[in-house]
Amino acid sequence: MAGIPHDEYEPRSGFEKWMDSRLPIIRLLYDTLMIPTPKNLNWWWIWGIVLAFALALQIVTGVILAMHYTPNVDLAFASVEHIMRNINGGTFLRYLHLNGASLFFFAVYVHIFRGLYYGSYKAPREVTWIIGMLIYLLMMATGFMGYVLPWGQMSFWGATVITGLFGAIPFVGDALQTWLLGGPAVGNPTLNRFFALHYLLPFIIAALVIVHIWAFHTTGNNNPAGVEVRRGSKEEAKRDTVPFWPYFVIKDLFALVAILVVFFAIVGFMPNYLGAPENYVEANPLVTPAEIVPEWYFLPFYAILRAFTADVWVVQIANFISFGIIDAKFFGVLAMFGAILVMALVPWLDTSSVRSGRYRPMFKWWFWLLVLDFIVLTWAGARPAEPPYSTISLIGAAYWFAYFLVILPLLGVIEKPLPQPATIEEDFNAHYPTAKTPGE
Amino acid sequence: MIRKFALSALTVLALASGGAVAEEDKGGIEDVDFSFEGPFGTWDKAQLQRGLQVYTEVCAACHGLRYVPLRTLTDLGYTDAQVRAYAKQFEVYDPEIGDTRPALPRDSFPPSSLENAPDLSVMAKARAGFHGPYGTGLNQLFKGMGGPEYIVAFLTGFTGEEKEQAGTTIYENTAFPYGWTAMPQPLFGEEVEFADGSPNDVQSMAEDVAAFLMWTAEPKMMVRKKVGFVSVVFLTFFAVLLYLTNKRLWAPIKGRKTQA
Repeated sequence: MAGIPHDEYEPRSGFEKWMDSRLPIIRLLYDTLMIPTPKNLNWWWIWGIVLAFALALQIVTGVILAMHYTPNVDLAFASVEHIMRNINGGTFLRYLHLNGASLFFFAVYVHIFRGLYYGSYKAPREVTWIIGMLIYLLMMATGFMGYVLPWGQMSFWGATVITGLFGAIPFVGDALQTWLLGGPAVGNPTLNRFFALHYLLPFIIAALVIVHIWAFHTTGNNNPAGVEVRRGSKEEAKRDTVPFWPYFVIKDLFALVAILVVFFAIVGFMPNYLGAPENYVEANPLVTPAEIVPEWYFLPFYAILRAFTADVWVVQIANFISFGIIDAKFFGVLAMFGAILVMALVPWLDTSSVRSGRYRPMFKWWFWLLVLDFIVLTWAGARPAEPPYSTISLIGAAYWFAYFLVILPLLGVIEKPLPQPATIEEDFNAHYPTAKTPGE
Repeated sequence: MIRKFALSALTVLALASGGAVAEEDKGGIEDVDFSFEGPFGTWDKAQLQRGLQVYTEVCAACHGLRYVPLRTLTDLGYTDAQVRAYAKQFEVYDPEIGDTRPALPRDSFPPSSLENAPDLSVMAKARAGFHGPYGTGLNQLFKGMGGPEYIVAFLTGFTGEEKEQAGTTIYENTAFPYGWTAMPQPLFGEEVEFADGSPNDVQSMAEDVAAFLMWTAEPKMMVRKKVGFVSVVFLTFFAVLLYLTNKRLWAPIKGRKTQA
């Protein structure tokens, strides 16, 4: 599988030989588990395992919850209360699923920013990056539809606001929104299809995760030094890598369990901390909540959506040259999806030949400013759409686009990178002066 | 490394709890020291029973608890026979006989009898009173979400002012959003006579019924905390073992000595 030279699987027992010539599944498992992994991976590389765990957790708890849940506008809220009161372990199961979504998104954000800092998106890993972005988009769709299912006030009004975004598309918007909802407003057909899709999409995510892993097992992992594993010979490769099992399996497991301590403390002691209390009021189409706030993991992009109001000059210019087709609402929708699109296109926007941010003195500052920008946008997204929050959102949104569209392309030209280590072994030994490559 | 982790964890905890105690939450929601708060809090069953009595004799005139099965009242310390006797006072519609009949333990509390009186089943979770320190809401770990505190503040927050608006009388309340509610003041003191002679002033009754409504909103809270605690202890232990395993495993790669 991997392009890195490594020990081949050798079937030992008679059964293994018999199997290997028919369905080489043990070979596949061996190659996947024993993949040569750069030995200098740091703690930022553990979030992949957390994500795999979160996906499994969501699917397992979700399937059990689906056995007791009723997707009907008159019964959905009651069936969730039924799960909370009458199902063995139902309370904990539901809170695991509810907070599991937050764990999933927290992990994916750290994972994405890890990739952005260490240049994991650069050649030859562009396909891995693009698939990752597709997974992230599907996660957002799944998370959003899952939030509608309990049929609380935020479920209903969140669904109304978010599907309304599609209604902002010129000419086809209204028809598209009606088609998505299955009617003129959020109702029973909406709830039914959201349930069906909420059940379906995680399996598509799981399939894409396999493709994601396949892609980076072909290119090999990136690493903090950003230099590739030597591939001249098996011996050379062995000086730069250790097999995934047991070295990284144990390391990742330790990190996962340490993170789960915090996760289970939240589920056990403050399970509603991250949710909107308003969602414990059953959906009522006649009463609009005072504030409609999406789940925390949508807030940065929600802030970008709301930042572009009709008085912003970019919006006015866009409105003028499109003869009024692009109004403020549609501009906001374009900006929100555009913010994710520019992130997906980063492999082609970053012109620097140096992969790791560690050796890019100017890039570092801009990168950490982007992280700060992301946190500020999350904060501003939860505030009402009024000054000063609207101005802060606008500056934040502007920086987000500037980072990807202006700063990254320019930095590659003007920045003078620091000297990089020649090999992963050199980088590793610089950290551990007494280290010796096994077999020496 | 472990020491550094432990120290920083302790610092965070100290900061959070210190902040939780120091922080005054705005909006007139005052902290009530309920017995069920914090990771180790438990129900005060006598208080829940008093709360049920306040609910039955005052709130139930208009409000309902449609998601709460009557049989679960055994959690409050009642016997099956007591629950059966309590259930009888409610009339429920039975589609099998096509008529109403006295409620049985297998039925739920009746829904609200007044159309614009909200169902109270999960009301204690539908409000969050605490957002500190610094708007993070982390003090909820020790104080709870603040839903019961909101209920207390609401029940004790009537100023006595009333006015007409669109043909209905609305009443001023310091805890209610926008300050005016359609619900008249329900508690003035001594509406309920407790068998054990517990105080029946407005504040005490408000606290009792708030505690009861927290139970109706989250009846499995104790199980949840217990599972949470066992999970945290087990996972911490497991994490330590994995940390040591990992250290030992990597030692030869990193050129460090392994202890025998």
